[in-house]
Amino acid sequence: MSSSAIGPHDLAGTLTDSINTKERELDFWEKRIDALYKLLSDDKRSHINIHEFRYAIESLGVEAYTNHNYYERWTLALRNLLIDKNVLSELEITQKVQEIEDR
Amino acid sequence: MPKPRIALTNPHDLSADFLSLTPVQKIGVAIQELLIEKGIIAPDELSQSINLIDMITPAQGSRVVARAWVDASFKERLLTDAVAACLEVEIDIRPIHLIVIENTSQIHNVIVCTLCSCYPRMLLGLPPDWYKSSAYRARVIHEPRTVLQEFGTHLKGHTQITVHDSTADMRYMVLPIRPVNTDNMKEDELAELVTRDCMIGVKIPQLPSDFSAV
Amino acid sequence: MNARPKFTKGDRVVVRMLAPQPHTRTPAYLHGKPGVIERFCGAFENPEERAIGKSGFPLTLLYRVRFFGSILFSINKTCEVDIVEVEIYEHWLQRDNSHAKT
Repeated sequence: MSSSAIGPHDLAGTLTDSINTKERELDFWEKRIDALYKLLSDDKRSHINIHEFRYAIESLGVEAYTNHNYYERWTLALRNLLIDKNVLSELEITQKVQEIEDR
Repeated sequence: MPKPRIALTNPHDLSADFLSLTPVQKIGVAIQELLIEKGIIAPDELSQSINLIDMITPAQGSRVVARAWVDASFKERLLTDAVAACLEVEIDIRPIHLIVIENTSQIHNVIVCTLCSCYPRMLLGLPPDWYKSSAYRARVIHEPRTVLQEFGTHLKGHTQITVHDSTADMRYMVLPIRPVNTDNMKEDELAELVTRDCMIGVKIPQLPSDFSAV
Repeated sequence: MNARPKFTKGDRVVVRMLAPQPHTRTPAYLHGKPGVIERFCGAFENPEERAIGKSGFPLTLLYRVRFFGSILFSINKTCEVDIVEVEIYEHWLQRDNSHAKT
């Protein structure tokens, strides 16, 4: 009896790739995303919870695993969640990216 | 309305690293600035949170393991109620629910989160890239012996391997076997033998003399 | 008020084949597989509901379940693992009355 994967994140038994065991420190942009998630989900704010966050990552689809790395998936998931919850709008995020590029 | 320039304690301020970022990474910067502008997050909260990331190491986990090695009754309490045992050594991991799994001469344990990357950061520090990787998550659950060999760990053929998949609310830490010839070592010296990878289960603690020159 | 645990350590259970959910923490390799309750872990908010904006209450009960690796991974995959232990929520489990020999 077998069952198809519950989502693109359901990886058990699906790959035979070798494991890259290289160590590195997180880049600053990664620490930033990690910290933002921590703060947004803390008791003071409770804007998001871990389950919504995981679901948001899973909802990015298979392409997110091939096209983006771990913290990029976190970034996209946070972005989508914050838009869904009307904390930020898609427009203001786009405009902010442009504004920072123009500095 | 003035556009705030975000000053963080990190020497790389936003504009310095911005140009080297990918489009998705730039979105992260934009989200940060917007959340601060809207007062949802304060700059010093963000700095503090980033600093905490920089500070966490596997030292707390190592300390717990070393204590369990020297104190058999502490070990039993650790295996029964890991959160309470950690509190005894002034490590408060609540609200994390922790289970400590003991390696024996018959059973070797390995931890994975096949669905994402769940992991007890307060005890083990940041998870390494490989723990979060698709390859590890896909493979260790069904071929742990081969995966461990890729880490240089060769288990005896008769050793039973148990893999723990952190699918829900529990987090896991392996209690490795205390190496032989360590009777004269003090607790803090023992702690230095316990690496993060030993507490995930892909490595076995080594005495310094065991490190062969490469 | 929490419900009483339906299962206890040593009970033989089978992971149910529930209809696909938006979000769940029971990976496919467990679906339909028989195992044994290793321990009761406590009561937690239902992640499947919390993920989609619901309260997650009433709390759902969580167990660690032990499986033989050969039952999980014998087909089309190498199997070097002897035992797999996983956390599964109660609504994913049913009592295994089959008494099937392994």
